[in-house]
Amino acid sequence: MGKHLIITAAAAALISSTALAEDKQVTIASWGGSYQDAQSKALFQPASEATGIKVKEETYGGMSDVRLQVNTGAVTLDIVASGSGSASRAGAEGLLEELDYNIIDVSDFYPTLKMKYCVGGDVFSTVYAWNTDTYGDAGPQSWADFWDVEKFPGKRAYRGKVAGALEPALMADGVPPEQVYEVLSTEEGIDRALDKIRELKPHIEVFWTSGAQHAQLMKDGEVDMTTGWNGRFDNAKKDGAKVAYSFNQALLDYDCFAIPKGAPNKDVAMEFLAEISKPEYQANLPKYITYGPTNKAAYDLGVIDEATARALPSHPDNAAMQLPVDIEWYAEWETTAAEKYQEMLTE
Amino acid sequence: MSTGTTATSGPIGAAALGDNNAEGLKADARRERLRLAGLCSPAAILVLVLLVIPVGWLFYVSFIGADGQFSLENYERMIERKSYARIFQTTFEVSLLTTALCILIGYPLAYFMSQLPSRIANLCLITVLLPFWTSLLVRTYAWLVLLQKRGLVNTWAMDLGLWDEPIKIVHNMTGTLIDMVHIMLPFLILPVYGSMKAIDKDYLKAAANLGAGPTRAFWTVFFPLSAPGLFAGSLIVFVLCLGFFVTPAVLGGGKVIMVSMKIASNIELFVNWGAASALGVVLLLMTVAILWIAARFVRLDQLAGQGH
Repeated sequence: MGKHLIITAAAAALISSTALAEDKQVTIASWGGSYQDAQSKALFQPASEATGIKVKEETYGGMSDVRLQVNTGAVTLDIVASGSGSASRAGAEGLLEELDYNIIDVSDFYPTLKMKYCVGGDVFSTVYAWNTDTYGDAGPQSWADFWDVEKFPGKRAYRGKVAGALEPALMADGVPPEQVYEVLSTEEGIDRALDKIRELKPHIEVFWTSGAQHAQLMKDGEVDMTTGWNGRFDNAKKDGAKVAYSFNQALLDYDCFAIPKGAPNKDVAMEFLAEISKPEYQANLPKYITYGPTNKAAYDLGVIDEATARALPSHPDNAAMQLPVDIEWYAEWETTAAEKYQEMLTE
Repeated sequence: MSTGTTATSGPIGAAALGDNNAEGLKADARRERLRLAGLCSPAAILVLVLLVIPVGWLFYVSFIGADGQFSLENYERMIERKSYARIFQTTFEVSLLTTALCILIGYPLAYFMSQLPSRIANLCLITVLLPFWTSLLVRTYAWLVLLQKRGLVNTWAMDLGLWDEPIKIVHNMTGTLIDMVHIMLPFLILPVYGSMKAIDKDYLKAAANLGAGPTRAFWTVFFPLSAPGLFAGSLIVFVLCLGFFVTPAVLGGGKVIMVSMKIASNIELFVNWGAASALGVVLLLMTVAILWIAARFVRLDQLAGQGH
């Protein structure tokens, strides 16, 4: 009888431990809205089915949430979706786990779309967009044109934060794209970019603070030209806005996935990131939002049709025209630059 | 009580009885104070836990630098970087202008309402209060729709021939002020109206009787009597304005930057909470200073009541 009980207990323990192994789960936080819907449909749900890893989705307020969780030792999130710049800074701050690229296969990734603490999830561009009623289809074709108020008279909108705001100014000032970050890596370089923005400032009607805002500004015809994120302009266009944009000299940027330091299911999270970084998932993302895959191999699967592919920021032809955003620069200089930027805004 | 009745009975034992009396009264007063303290304690504890401790914490955190050590860097930054001074300047400028405009619009309206029969005045009050029931965010975006280049105000004015080119009334200080005045007006009108209603009309009749014309009677009798309400309302409006976030963020076009917006951006930007906390501390101290100065002109407890 006693022996029987032990065997039963052992069996029960065995069963429960296998049950535990099957019961792997991760909690993912992203930005909500149509963006997270797209991620969920293209990446999270199919990957969950394929791996058996249960996914719990949440929305969050960005890396300041992660900072709070890590600092108080109460980490609940396993994976967070983040902008590349803030992920880079959070990594440098020690808030994120280092990613294991032996597990996550990034051999087909664009080399600039991953980093130590964050693996790329989608590619977007910061572009200049113009009102086609004002300028027709032959709008500005470079940042120099964006700055040229004689050739293209009209009101501009520009970003109210420093991220993605200094690079265009330097290019407009004649700095070749490949030297932009070199020039920006000194205080004088940052000041040079800011002086160029000061020059345009009388023509800048609005300094925008969100993607929804710059899309709305174009929809309402409130400004004739703005900087912004390409996907938003595509959506605005679908809603009837008279807007066009170009990838020439645009800033190629990406959103990425990271694991907060001390995440409860760190290993499972790593496994899950490996899964959603595969081309077969990434190829489905553009069906739901006009942001491109970070894995080049996604284009070879025949899932993304030619017309869609050509419109994506990460299409090789489009990517070749753009300046990839340098995450390292942001890690080192963003705080300094942001303070100076605000100085310029309040003048 | 018995001691009371004996005390009045004759002068003989008055001194001894008076002592008893005083002791009894003292005990009574002690008990009453205790009971009062007991009644106040839930509120006091609430204030302590939800206000004093967090504010104390805010002060403490503002002195912690990026490396986690005690440091003045958060305050030094505010002196070194010119943008901080300008942001405080903008904040006070916007608050002062909003208060001034609220007085200009609100005082005459309150006066008008105070002269109406109470049924009609109540209807007017409801219309004043109506905007209160709409979310601030909704009202702010509504103004954005109305005021923009191709908004209702500009298109109608151009159709009517008032002006030919769309004028800039949003994405700048003007738009911010329009919305803030709209939001703040009830805070001014209510105390002013309250103090006006409390003015005895006979005073004005007396003034007239003594030969004062309507203008003179208004300025020498009515206005001074309504001044406490006006002062209270202005102070509430001004202090509330200092903390505005949504309105300047949406209608200021990114160029009207107030302290609360800078606090938000500092939380995003800096590794430590101190950078944002220091801004909160400075704003708090400035507000306290303003209240202190104001207290020299009017009793602050009048803010709670309606002028009298």
